[in-house]
Amino acid sequence: MKFYVSIILIALLSYAAGLFPVLPWWSFTICTLVVAVAIPQRPIKSFISGFIALFLLWGILAFIIDLNNQHLLSAKVANILPLNGSFELLIGLTAFIGGLIGGLAALTGSYLRKK
Amino acid sequence: MRLIPFLISAAVTTGVIAALNVQLPAGKTKTPRLGYFLSPQQGFWQNAEAFNSSYTKEIKIAGIHTNAEVYLDDRLVPHIYAANDADAYFIQGYLHAKFRLWQMEFQANAAGGRLSEILGPSMLPTDKYFRRLGMVYGAERALEMINKNETTKSAMDAYTSGVNAYIHNLKDNELPFEYKLLDYKPEAWTNLKTALFLKFMSFDLTGQGDDDLLMTNTRNVLGWETFKQLFPERADSLDPIIPKGTPFAKASVAVKMPANADSVYFSSNATGTEAIPPVIPNRNNGSNNWAVSGSKTKSGKPILCNDPHLGLNLPSLWYEIQITTPTQNTYGASFPGAPCVVIGFNDSIAWGVTNAGRDVKDFYEIQFKDTTMQEYRFNGAWKKTEFRKEIIKIRDQPDDIENIAMTVFGPVMYDHSYKNKNEDGRYLAVRWTAHDPSNEMNTFYQLDHAKNYTDYLAATNTFDCPGQNFVFASVSGDIAIRQQGKFVAKWRRQGDFIMPGTDSSYLWQGFIPAAENPLMLNPARGFVSSANQMAVDSTYPYYLGRSANFPVYRGYLINRALKNLNQITPLDMEMLQTETYNVFAELARPLLLKLADESKLNNDEKKCIEILSKWDLKNDTDEKAPTIFRLWWDTVYRDTYADEFSKSKLPLSWPEQNTLLEALLKNTEYPFADNVNTPDIKETMTDVVTNALHKIVPEIRKIENDDKLEWGKFKSTHISHLLKIPALSRLDLPIGGGDGIINATTSNHGPSWRMVVQLTSPVEAYAVYPGGESGNPGSRYYDSFVDSWATGTYYPVLFIKKQEAMHHSRMKWHMNFIKA
Repeated sequence: MKFYVSIILIALLSYAAGLFPVLPWWSFTICTLVVAVAIPQRPIKSFISGFIALFLLWGILAFIIDLNNQHLLSAKVANILPLNGSFELLIGLTAFIGGLIGGLAALTGSYLRKK
Repeated sequence: MRLIPFLISAAVTTGVIAALNVQLPAGKTKTPRLGYFLSPQQGFWQNAEAFNSSYTKEIKIAGIHTNAEVYLDDRLVPHIYAANDADAYFIQGYLHAKFRLWQMEFQANAAGGRLSEILGPSMLPTDKYFRRLGMVYGAERALEMINKNETTKSAMDAYTSGVNAYIHNLKDNELPFEYKLLDYKPEAWTNLKTALFLKFMSFDLTGQGDDDLLMTNTRNVLGWETFKQLFPERADSLDPIIPKGTPFAKASVAVKMPANADSVYFSSNATGTEAIPPVIPNRNNGSNNWAVSGSKTKSGKPILCNDPHLGLNLPSLWYEIQITTPTQNTYGASFPGAPCVVIGFNDSIAWGVTNAGRDVKDFYEIQFKDTTMQEYRFNGAWKKTEFRKEIIKIRDQPDDIENIAMTVFGPVMYDHSYKNKNEDGRYLAVRWTAHDPSNEMNTFYQLDHAKNYTDYLAATNTFDCPGQNFVFASVSGDIAIRQQGKFVAKWRRQGDFIMPGTDSSYLWQGFIPAAENPLMLNPARGFVSSANQMAVDSTYPYYLGRSANFPVYRGYLINRALKNLNQITPLDMEMLQTETYNVFAELARPLLLKLADESKLNNDEKKCIEILSKWDLKNDTDEKAPTIFRLWWDTVYRDTYADEFSKSKLPLSWPEQNTLLEALLKNTEYPFADNVNTPDIKETMTDVVTNALHKIVPEIRKIENDDKLEWGKFKSTHISHLLKIPALSRLDLPIGGGDGIINATTSNHGPSWRMVVQLTSPVEAYAVYPGGESGNPGSRYYDSFVDSWATGTYYPVLFIKKQEAMHHSRMKWHMNFIKA
């Protein structure tokens, strides 16, 4: 239960933080850390919940934007970055980077709380 | 807290964020800040516009005097309806910024020599070049002049406020794509940036002057007599803008050739210079324009056409717009970065421009007392130098400081600190009309408001640089053309080469009064036209500059076509603008076929001849003959002159293609056919032409194997993004035409705006340009006109009143500007 609540809370708060463009792009790490402190879990579980939350948040946001944009920009960016023009890889990379940072932030939070 | 794991985990997290928050080196460039760039709520994903996104919006804004409205049509072209000009230009600035902010700032920074600030030290040579050429100096002086003109100043002020209103409200996630990619932010717009952008156009369109350096080398290497043969003063095939035989008044400005010109200026005694500018304007920069009178059209009203040929880029140089206020109802192409419509029409008149190509940029060799450049020789005495300091900021590096010596001959562009391959220690100053105070914006402002021929004359009177051929047509039935600019009254061949800069005798002696510039109103032949050819025949009392500055074939073709056309419709004019007929090949093909020695040809070579013989002389995309012709002729041309021109390691200017063609048309026994490196053998043009065919056949076979022999594939027209990023460019476009053809599309250059206007009431117009209204690579409107442009189709433009716009089915979106 804690696991799912963590995922949902992290994703929601991170999304909310992203609505303020004045905040830096990594402001979601603070929300993630706070949730991980508030809802104690084993470090590995914390990491996974942070990872999944941000992987899904970034992945789904990118996926929806890309769908509405009919892959126009993602195909171009996937040629500027060495991804062979693949929008799937670009969405995957986006989700992975979000997930990685989210996971690490949650892990840090869990160690901060853990006795 | 588990301290150790916490510290490790916190350090790793911070480390990963930090690594994704900086630009990492990638080859010669840098990556974006990847975390930021990929962040869906802040990074590039935010620039991926939904295909069905709406531009309808209520915009509460300070800076306008009265509420105003903008309707955006199905091509995203805005139609501004404002209660006064200032509000209209404010909104024009706002829209330019909304759709083209990155481009307009980048272009102004390029013109002002500030690219190193954005892109790093690799741009320093370009920045130095523009600073030393006096671009900022010229723009500052232009601004002083603009500030004295109430109308232009208030238009520019309003425009600048509009741009800044947009920038001010811009949220970080809405930054244009390129800012995110390169990781920087826009700064406030200023009138100076507009002035700088206009100077860039002056630079781009007066590039003929830069040839002075190469021409000087060429004269020195060949010797004056040979030089004269290879660089004649006039082309035989010239059909000038003002028809031959038109009488001209005597020159009111008398000019005197310096007494020592024969020994000093026309001799080869001077040594060469190796100065090569790092940025050279494309020599194909030019354009077509014409107007036919009602006597030749089906509607009985004039039709005006214009297609300016410039470098093809994305985002496009042009932004299509309609501006309606109580004082004007104007439609056409505007420059993102400047107010007003630059090429277009209003309720009463239409106008267009082509480049005049006159030489208004000359180089002088300065003698300084010593390397400190504190004093220079002038009229037998030492004159004190003034200095202008230019600071170039460089990303991640200390500033570069240019101390530019300013003389009566202009800024010293090349000196010991700016050699640019110029190793011979010479000091070269550049004198350019774009250094002088001027207000070109005033001309466009007035044309936008012009009602008739008199207004057109008044509007163009004060246009200084770059000199243009302004074509004109009115609803009332007049057609006219005028070559206008601040042109130097020169003695014959003055400024074709580097001039001595030690006394006043070689200085410019005066400027040609506007009233003596070529002008033609309602000629009996029923049309006016220009295509960058020399404007007048040899009876015109002023020197126009070397013949190489003036291409001949497009003008010849246009005049030949217009003479024969009657009952003309706008569709006929579209077909003429996109015509791919190659008149150069019409003249040169019989020569090649005659001179090729058939007894020495193998089957493959004979096959080439057969393809060429059957060709209809159109440079169409699916034809192989234009490629074969091009390769063959180019090889003939190169082989004819290579021996003479490889004698020197200095950069040289080669003769014009038409110089060889015209010489051979007169006499195929051409002295330059003989290879000077083989003294025992006397080669003829037959040898050159036949050998050239031997040489190109293996090349043709290779090209055919790569499936690139068809003209469209061989030419491979592309529209590059301003940063030359292929993914943001359009490559391999299927479009015909080429150099010297009315459809003047080469690989990266061509008609940047095509417009056909029929001056009925209401005015009816058709237009297309190789780009799209949005500068955002993530918008479907980024390149939405490109395919139509390539196939030669036009859009009927919506030139409508506000009442109509409110209900028109093609109007998709509505921006409501509310005074805050």
